[in-house]
Amino acid sequence: MDKLIQDLKVQIIAQLNLQDVKPEDIGDDQPLFVEGLGLDSIDALELIVLLQQQYKIKLSNAEDGPKVFRSVRTIAEYIREHQPQNT
Amino acid sequence: MPAPIYITASTIISSNRLVKNGQTLYEYTELDTAGFLMTAYQHLGVKYPKFYKMDHLSKLGWLAAEFLLKASFESARYAPEQVGIILTNANSSLDADLKYFESAREFASPALFVYTLPNIVIGEICIKHNFKGENAFFIFEEFDAGFIQKYVSGLMNSNILQACICGWVECIGEEYKAVLFFIEKGAENEPSAAVNDVADDLFTTDNLNKIYHSDNG
Repeated sequence: MDKLIQDLKVQIIAQLNLQDVKPEDIGDDQPLFVEGLGLDSIDALELIVLLQQQYKIKLSNAEDGPKVFRSVRTIAEYIREHQPQNT
Repeated sequence: MPAPIYITASTIISSNRLVKNGQTLYEYTELDTAGFLMTAYQHLGVKYPKFYKMDHLSKLGWLAAEFLLKASFESARYAPEQVGIILTNANSSLDADLKYFESAREFASPALFVYTLPNIVIGEICIKHNFKGENAFFIFEEFDAGFIQKYVSGLMNSNILQACICGWVECIGEEYKAVLFFIEKGAENEPSAAVNDVADDLFTTDNLNKIYHSDNG
């Protein structure tokens, strides 16, 4: 899980072009939206693309978004639960 | 008699050079468009993380507006609705359109898609400065000072706007040029510019053209 969380931080920074942010600046449980990293709705779409591109996971229910994208840890947990075997 | 209208500041960004009110503020050779825009942002000395996400056209227009307004704009003088933005260029958002088209071959990028309209650059400037006045983005084959002068004068003489950022913001590949003017009203019943020794600052087609072409030498 720790490796996945570290990988996600690097991928989020690259995907969202957060050039002022380093992986160590993002807490595992830090909120990503509003008061945390300050991400917006376009960033949420980019996170959906990241899940599809990197982990072949489609967010089937858009209403799950706020829960899944609450923090890096919640994204990692969602990936663990939904990632196809052997990918 | 309507109040006289003045060009109170101008900024030109082209050929890796940034000029404000005729003075070169910054010049850096041997950089591509992306490199120059990033270096100019660093030179500006403000922290605005959203800048990194903008397309080149928005970065260019946003930077030109930042340098234009820096030390030239008193936000307390105007209500948000009194400041407008009227911009023009020849290639609309084609630079971002092509990049989005490329990205769509694999995964269409939402972050690129939002910049596939030219007026997004206006939105970026408005968000930064809380401007809420009239705005529009027009496409012309080349810089049309006469149109800008007439259109903006109309907005200001009818009191729809009290101040306006207007001009040209063009970026396509490695070709870019932004020329922005800050336009403000003088006091009513002010003596005519010709006898007031400010003719060069009057908001006229000739003065717009003079400034626009001043970086060609």
